[in-house]
Amino acid sequence: MLDTPIIEVRDLKVYFPVKKGIFGRTYYVKAVDGVSFEIPEEGIFTLVGESGCGKTTVGRTIVGVVKPTAGKILYKGKDTSKLSKEEYLEYRRNVQIVHQDPYSALNPTKTVFQSLAAPLKRWGIAKSRNELREKVSELLELVGLNPPGEFINKYPHQLSGGQRQRVVIARAISVNPDVIVADEPITMIDVSLRIGILDLLLKLKEEVGTSYLFITHDFGAARYFSAKGGGSIAVMYLGKIVEVAAAEEVIQNPLHPYTKALISSVPVADPELSRKRKPLKLKSLDIPSPLNPPSGCKFHTRCPYSTDICSKVEPELKEVSPGHYVACHLYQG
Amino acid sequence: MGNERILEVKNLVVHYLTARGPLPAVNDVSFSIEKGRIVGVVGESGSGKTTLALAILRQLPRLTRIYKGSVMFHGIDLVKLSEKEMNEIRWKKISYVPQAALNALNPTIKIIDHFIETGNAHGINDKKLIVEKAVEIMKMLNLEPERVLYGYPHELSGGMKQRVLIALSMIFEPELLILDEPTTALDLLTQRLILDLIKDLHRRTHMTVMFITHDIATIADIADDVIVMYAGKLMEKGDVFTVFKNPHHPYTKALMSSIPDLTGDINKMRSIPGSLPDLINPPSGCIFHPRCPYAFEKCKREEPPAVEIKPGHVVSCWLYSKQ
Ligand SMILES: Nc1ncnc2c1ncn2[C@@H]1O[C@H](COP(=O)(O)OP(=O)(O)OP(=O)(O)O)[C@@H](O)[C@H]1O
Ligand SMILES: Nc1ncnc2c1ncn2[C@@H]1O[C@H](COP(=O)(O)OP(=O)(O)O)[C@@H](O)[C@H]1O
Ligand code: SF4
Ligand code: SF4
Ligand SMILES: [Mg+2]
Ligand SMILES: [Mg+2]
Repeated sequence: MLDTPIIEVRDLKVYFPVKKGIFGRTYYVKAVDGVSFEIPEEGIFTLVGESGCGKTTVGRTIVGVVKPTAGKILYKGKDTSKLSKEEYLEYRRNVQIVHQDPYSALNPTKTVFQSLAAPLKRWGIAKSRNELREKVSELLELVGLNPPGEFINKYPHQLSGGQRQRVVIARAISVNPDVIVADEPITMIDVSLRIGILDLLLKLKEEVGTSYLFITHDFGAARYFSAKGGGSIAVMYLGKIVEVAAAEEVIQNPLHPYTKALISSVPVADPELSRKRKPLKLKSLDIPSPLNPPSGCKFHTRCPYSTDICSKVEPELKEVSPGHYVACHLYQG
Repeated sequence: MGNERILEVKNLVVHYLTARGPLPAVNDVSFSIEKGRIVGVVGESGSGKTTLALAILRQLPRLTRIYKGSVMFHGIDLVKLSEKEMNEIRWKKISYVPQAALNALNPTIKIIDHFIETGNAHGINDKKLIVEKAVEIMKMLNLEPERVLYGYPHELSGGMKQRVLIALSMIFEPELLILDEPTTALDLLTQRLILDLIKDLHRRTHMTVMFITHDIATIADIADDVIVMYAGKLMEKGDVFTVFKNPHHPYTKALMSSIPDLTGDINKMRSIPGSLPDLINPPSGCIFHPRCPYAFEKCKREEPPAVEIKPGHVVSCWLYSKQ
């Protein structure tokens, strides 16, 4: 149990400067405002939340394309801002990202072979034409594009959305990463094919030990992926994690008022059940601006349970039952 | 039931004319809509849902043909009406809120002027009357009329814009309201609000609604009847409780077990193998046969007819045909 997590995020803050007003004063969007979590070796950590809460920014920071304003990212126990040049390259190769949009992720003028061969060449994984073909075929098989010969010379426009996303995943895994940040990987995929993509990612976890940061706004997908892979789910609101626990625990026993509101609002595919559910109603649907977030608990402007203390004191993320953490004054005991 | 049917679509075939050849986006679809029901139309992207709505309203793009079929509305075939006659039906009798309509509002004019222009375009020039109606509907949709009417579109959130669009489509109290993916672009909590408001509106006005979505759970939540579409074909139709409890068509079954929702058993969820067919070169026989676990010889050769297995419950599959 004392294994070093593959990724540790410690008190991460990412503020983006924006200029506003006639004097061009600089304000900061607090996209991520103090987030800590770990991705265990061969494990899954899932971030869910409404649009703009900071999920993608966390993901982009983990893969190293966004620099933290404060806080640290540790890869295999080492602070990624203090790596030697070789170590840094190693880290960048080992931590890959799969984006939401499989349509823009692939260069339309390149064949599947060309898209997949490029990273293999760049990282010196395969060199000769034969080696490259063999490796690319292997990758295509691994992501379920069978027989590889049928796909290898195709251009993106000749592939369906699901097939394209498989190519994008093949490209991400081509360099044998330890960690994949999967940012809404199924959002743009046809409904009937979504689980197939998640199963593929789970299969890679089993077979080659990939770990995941899974990012989604869809609680059903979060539950499926995280619960099947034995991972946890964290709910984000305005740059903060407000609740985190094992996947089914969050879904079946949400404690934070925000999580409760979200989960009770999700329609379920059972007409009787869906109509019986009583969604928790919020005071307001407006998400406050991350330029000027509310004081104290950032959720107090919408929370039906808020009391005096909520607008004054920010609640800490506390363990309220084994492995279940909540940031809310109702549970601070 | 024996309720009045307000719309009857029969053997509707719509082709888009593309460079690669004709694309049958809606292919021999028949169904009827009973007065006062919320009919959900569900299907994956490209299954023909939007085309179906546009065909009913006769708002198809230019390179399109309705090859066959009729759309009977109060005994009149809409397919045969002149453009002028059709204009009397659109918005007043059947209104439509298009998919991705959130940017459809004109950014340079106030919301109130959207209502007035819509009224004028349909021959109603009494401003006071239009504004009164707008206020009444906006209140039902939980919008503050004073604030919203005199504001500009950019001042509204996505959920407010969607409600303004619904309100606009209702000013003539249409008999049939068609909503195309009205919740898809919205955040979860706003989706919930819109669904609840539509239900509430329906309870008060008993209007007939055709609700289009790709999300089967949304259908379970809001619809009375469901039409399942796949690759331009109607696969199954019935009342939601029956179809969800006991789906008959192999595609409906497969679609339902491919949805990761919050209550189902995650070990029973699976995706549908294969991918969506190319509509220009569709598979022979049953269009679902390459992906169907029950497919047998006949499925590859012949297209299954739509069979009414129980009153109101229609399935297009050889497993349920006695022929
Ligand atoms: N480069 C940037 N410059 C300025 N602001 C940014 C930048 N990137 C993100 N933001 C802001 O930071 C906040 C968090 O954005 P982020 O993309 O991380 O959200 P998200 O949770 O991934 O949302 P979604 O579900 O819509 O993808 C938003 O308010 C966004 O507008
Ligand atoms: N203007 C058009 N020209 C050519 N093909 C179109 C056009 N609009 C839609 N299609 C095609 O028709 C099929 C059905 O589309 P659509 O009705 O929009 O489906 P849905 O609303 O179910 O997603 C798809 O294959 C789509 O690519
Ligand atoms: S701390 Fe207060 S405002 Fe925040 S979620 Fe808890 S009860 Fe609501
Ligand atoms: S007709 Fe045949 S292929 Fe089509 S759904 Fe029925 S069993 Fe499957
Ligand atoms: Mg994002
Ligand atoms: Mg559509």
